[in-house]
Amino acid sequence: MKIRILVVLLVISAGAALAGPMSVQVRNCRVRATPSQLGSTVAMVDYGAVVQAGTPQKGWYPVTTADGKTGWVHESALSRKPIAMRAGTSDAATGVSSDEVSLAGKGFNEQVEKKLRSEGKLDYTWVDRMATFNAGADQIMKFRMQGRLPGGGQ
Amino acid sequence: MRDLRFTIYDLLCGTVGVPATARKSQIINCTILLLALLAGVLFCGCAEVSEAGAGIAQAAGVISADQAQAVTRSAKAVEKSWQDLTPEQEYYVGRAVVAQVLQSYPPLDRPQANEYLNVLGQSLAIFSERPETFGGYHFLLLDSDEINAFAAPGGLILVSRGMLRCCQSEDELAAVLAHEICHVEQKHGLSAIKQGRLTEAFTIIAAESAKQMGGEELAALTEAFEGSVGDVVMTLTTSGYSRKQERSADAAAVALLQRAGYPAPAMITMLERMDERLADAGGLGFAKTHPSAKSRADALRATISDTGSAPDLVREQRFSAAIRPVVAGK
Repeated sequence: MKIRILVVLLVISAGAALAGPMSVQVRNCRVRATPSQLGSTVAMVDYGAVVQAGTPQKGWYPVTTADGKTGWVHESALSRKPIAMRAGTSDAATGVSSDEVSLAGKGFNEQVEKKLRSEGKLDYTWVDRMATFNAGADQIMKFRMQGRLPGGGQ
Repeated sequence: MRDLRFTIYDLLCGTVGVPATARKSQIINCTILLLALLAGVLFCGCAEVSEAGAGIAQAAGVISADQAQAVTRSAKAVEKSWQDLTPEQEYYVGRAVVAQVLQSYPPLDRPQANEYLNVLGQSLAIFSERPETFGGYHFLLLDSDEINAFAAPGGLILVSRGMLRCCQSEDELAAVLAHEICHVEQKHGLSAIKQGRLTEAFTIIAAESAKQMGGEELAALTEAFEGSVGDVVMTLTTSGYSRKQERSADAAAVALLQRAGYPAPAMITMLERMDERLADAGGLGFAKTHPSAKSRADALRATISDTGSAPDLVREQRFSAAIRPVVAGK
């Protein structure tokens, strides 16, 4: 009995050690109802927002958003390093060191792209158009079902 | 004799001529300090050592606080590599890479074919080890008969009409896209950026505070950015990834196809057809930047155990409807 309690306590403490705040490092982050890219969307979280993450399972973190919604986010969308928004934005951080945080919009950024566009060095017309080519989860599910593709790892 | 044995320590610790009792404790303290410094050098990176050095120099009054900060920032920038680029920075590099590639390879404005390519590509990308990138995965056809495909950092993938001709089914086109998705997943495009450009960029980034960049900073950063984009484009279009990177993308693509439910042998049949067509093309496109398709197929054959399945009718029909009109003529 004592051993069982000890094991349970160890599992809980290991989970607690892995859990913690993580930052969204992609532009449009969907919190999903199940640990799958085809899971229904519970909430959308902005770039740089902080979520409370639990112990990951096969690349998926169980998360709780700032407004209390719970779901799953893939590890590739999250960063342990806090992301501070630039000055002038609502979440702008002050007095932060760039070694402790990633500063959103820093470095190779929109400002650099604007400069290249204004100098007429690169034409982004098709790049912008390409970014609108989006298949939704419903379309992908239908495509896979009609093509008789098994669920695989999802 | 005893005094001579301690001469080296005495010289190091400055205890020459110090009485024996005081000398012993001074030598112990000195040894601890030397060991701590040695541990610092062994266990810290160069940046930390430079940082410590800058701190000491500042404390000794050799340099000012601003100068010490600049030394620290530069040392940290030198240590950073392409792996330290954030997904957001990768996204902007990828966009510029595509804009530049499109200067040489015009886009193919065929909405039905591009839509099919995106549904297929995005339905594969969700099974990638890296399904989320800053701006997502997007695909575009190129109006070029050259056999080629390009994966720009961040998930923008271009496929030529010539490459489509190497594919006779959705399963084979899925194999081409899976290979490109795996280059994005493994950040091979970013790894092509020369370290010198990144050091320059990270130095500017480190100096920049949480405000908009000034004109000079922006000009220098834009120059480093253009150089970085040029490095990636040169690798994609001319020099190619390393053989190791290509093999790694092939192996990951097979695993990705299997997770997504596509038959892995489609990768081999596609490579065999590509090999035939590349021989006819006289070494242009893929032949210039990739290991021979035959050697890639041979390497994969040893790793794929399943023998494939009969073509699915629906997949065959939708592939024909979307792609055959685009490749007709050759």
